Amino acid sequence: MNAEELKDRLCAQYPDLCESLSIESGRATLVVAAQDLHACAADLKDMGFDFLEMLTALDWGDEFELVYLLRSHEMAVSMFAKCRVLRDAPRVASLVDVWPAANWHEREVFDLFGISFDGHPDLRRLLLPEDWSGHPLRKDYEDERIVRRPDYI
Amino acid sequence: MPHDLTVNIGPSHPSTHGVCNLLVELDGEVIVSAEPRIGNLHRGIEKIAENRTYMQVIPLTDRLDYVGSMYSNWAYCRAVEQLAGIAVPERAEYIRVMMCELQRIGSHMMALGPAGSDAGATSVYMYTFAQRDLVLDLFEAVCGARLTYNYVRPGGVSLDLPDGWVEQCRAFISQLPGAMLELDRLLFGNVIARARMKGIGVLSREDAIACGTSGPVARGSGVDFDLRRDDPFSVYPRLEFSVPLGDNGDCYDRARVHLFECIESCKIIAQALDQIEPGPVRNDDVPRLIAPPAGDTYAHVESARGSLGVYLVSDGSVRPYRMKVRSPAFSNLSVLPLLAKGHLLSDLVIILGSLDPVFGEVDR
Amino acid sequence: MTLLLGMGWGALGVLVIAVGAIFGVWWERKVSARIQMRLGPQQIGPAGSLQMIADVPKLLFREDIIPARADRTLFKLAPLIVFAPIAIAMVVIPFTSGWAPMDMSVGVLFFLAVPSIESIALLISAWASHNTLSTLGGLRGAAQLISYEVPRSLSVLPLVLLAGSLRPLDIAQRWEWWWFPLTLVAFVVFFIASLAEMNRGPFDMPEDESELVAGYFADYSGMRWAIFMMAEYGAMIVASLFAATTFLGGGWPLSGAAGTVLMVVKAVALVTVIMWVKWTLPRVRPDQLMSFCWKILTPLALIQLVVVGVVLIWL
Repeated sequence: MNAEELKDRLCAQYPDLCESLSIESGRATLVVAAQDLHACAADLKDMGFDFLEMLTALDWGDEFELVYLLRSHEMAVSMFAKCRVLRDAPRVASLVDVWPAANWHEREVFDLFGISFDGHPDLRRLLLPEDWSGHPLRKDYEDERIVRRPDYI
Repeated sequence: MPHDLTVNIGPSHPSTHGVCNLLVELDGEVIVSAEPRIGNLHRGIEKIAENRTYMQVIPLTDRLDYVGSMYSNWAYCRAVEQLAGIAVPERAEYIRVMMCELQRIGSHMMALGPAGSDAGATSVYMYTFAQRDLVLDLFEAVCGARLTYNYVRPGGVSLDLPDGWVEQCRAFISQLPGAMLELDRLLFGNVIARARMKGIGVLSREDAIACGTSGPVARGSGVDFDLRRDDPFSVYPRLEFSVPLGDNGDCYDRARVHLFECIESCKIIAQALDQIEPGPVRNDDVPRLIAPPAGDTYAHVESARGSLGVYLVSDGSVRPYRMKVRSPAFSNLSVLPLLAKGHLLSDLVIILGSLDPVFGEVDR
Repeated sequence: MTLLLGMGWGALGVLVIAVGAIFGVWWERKVSARIQMRLGPQQIGPAGSLQMIADVPKLLFREDIIPARADRTLFKLAPLIVFAPIAIAMVVIPFTSGWAPMDMSVGVLFFLAVPSIESIALLISAWASHNTLSTLGGLRGAAQLISYEVPRSLSVLPLVLLAGSLRPLDIAQRWEWWWFPLTLVAFVVFFIASLAEMNRGPFDMPEDESELVAGYFADYSGMRWAIFMMAEYGAMIVASLFAATTFLGGGWPLSGAAGTVLMVVKAVALVTVIMWVKWTLPRVRPDQLMSFCWKILTPLALIQLVVVGVVLIWL
């Protein structure tokens, strides 16, 4: 199944999702509002997206964007789900109960971006020490050890 | 459940396959809970990448999965190529496929050797390392490095195959299947090894998918998923190969899948050697300072450990806005608490070894 | 007088084991290298045979580290308690057909009983190290030693029945070639149980490298560590010598000095087999080890005992 077919199928099954669907870099991409994330994830799982391949976040200044890469083994297709949260209130529903794979991924995003996941069973720092301060992958994180290499030609 | 002993396995321990710290609660010798505490090798590669140009990031990707650098090189370069719209010559694609299949063999040797030595059969390690060394000789001939290659570049590969390499490679792949069958008898035919690995750390097919595992770990549980076939990239559609699967999802099946994948890799390399034609190996139009248009992309390869992907976001400048590595070892390792529970302490290292984690990639 | 004599022979036993361990380490490095497609030591002396002479001073000059939270007295005591019983057990072995350092009427019993003191030493070293991995190793070791005492002792009884005596000298003197096929099962049981007794692979889980790092002696360094290793090689040598003199008929078919040489050759062959087994087989799990001991080895040894008894009555 390719991205176009997947988009049509998603549109047919969930007509209200249709306008938030697009195709970016060869993958169907669904933009979800933060409050709909959990319900939407459960729907996608029912549709056959049984595999959460990746979860990460992006820092766009006043907003964080969560990027979920989902895959369906049955349909042999993958898609993105993206969700924006405000930087001032970085909270979003945890998807551990939908995809257990989200457990470590959400801990990693919590660790490196400081986004909280409501309902996560064990939200602690994963990669950094527990007493670390700050969230390094935020763009405003400062550390004198971060060296910006000149662009050698 | 009562427990009477808390044991710290690692971070410096011979069988944690790197710097992993396992916090194990024991009841007698039975594991009540085993929690991997990762991050000991976290170097912040994703953050460093935001401060380097696209070309300067390639050596960083070498340091992700240091047992299979070619994969991270390739996944990253594919992401850059997709983002900046760079074409790759066909010969370069064939070379990439061959290198990555050789890398798979080299990396699987690092999984099979410890599968034996974790169970106490140290000699197996030497037999697998003899093969791995031959792979590294081939890599050294091609790019001069034996561990961190920095070989795959956006738009191709850094150097063409040297004279005599094809013959050297053919000689290697012609002896490998025999050596693999010998290894099969030595390790998997041994009655003690069977008793140690069969029925240990069973990962059900449902759990394998739900917990996000991929690669040999998922395939050992019968998940028929291989990106080379299911989401084909490069010249893989032109090559014929099969995907070995396990039945029970125990340590024995996971380890044995590695062995058969090596034999499949030999077939792929042989076909690629037959199909490859002379030509350029690098797109000369690629600028030294790549500034892709703003946007995001995700590129994956099937690495020795599973589905390895790079999610790359550009804001139009010469540096990546964000680079995220989807690390298969990270997801595979996350099932360890599930697998270890209820087994004996002696089984723990075998279970950990069967997940084949590389901590450069887990911790990034 | 007997005490003094015993001490003298014991000291000689220590020397024999020390020299044997030095030779044994070199031999093991060569055997394991052969199995693993390597060369092993080859620079110092012919085929690297003097390698250990370079290694022993290195061990002697190593810093002796005692962990801060260890029980210092017990920590220092443990290596000696590990080593002493093995040297002591050596004195009852009949080196030629008519002579053993100490001629004891209950020599076989003595040989079987004394090395079990080692289990106490394992527990002491494990406890004194104040280290969870060591503790686990020590507990495993003690359980293993005590369990394997049973089949090991039972496997020697057929010989005692045949010889009609507990004196090793009597067993060696009265040995006849048909004893070997008759007691073959007992010999195999003794061999396997001895592997477990001396914590050699595939039964080396008290010092399990891949999970317990080195088990009960993980925290020892320098010469104290070397004493543990020497004790391991000593146990190997003593058990092989005992098996060669009793189960394999000592110097048979030769006698006199040639017989002694042949006996040593038989013992070295047994040591080589022990090494071969270790470097080939994976390690069994503690629970598998226990069920193997109680469900297979012990019944086998008992059956062998009954068979020998029936044969004796029939004779």
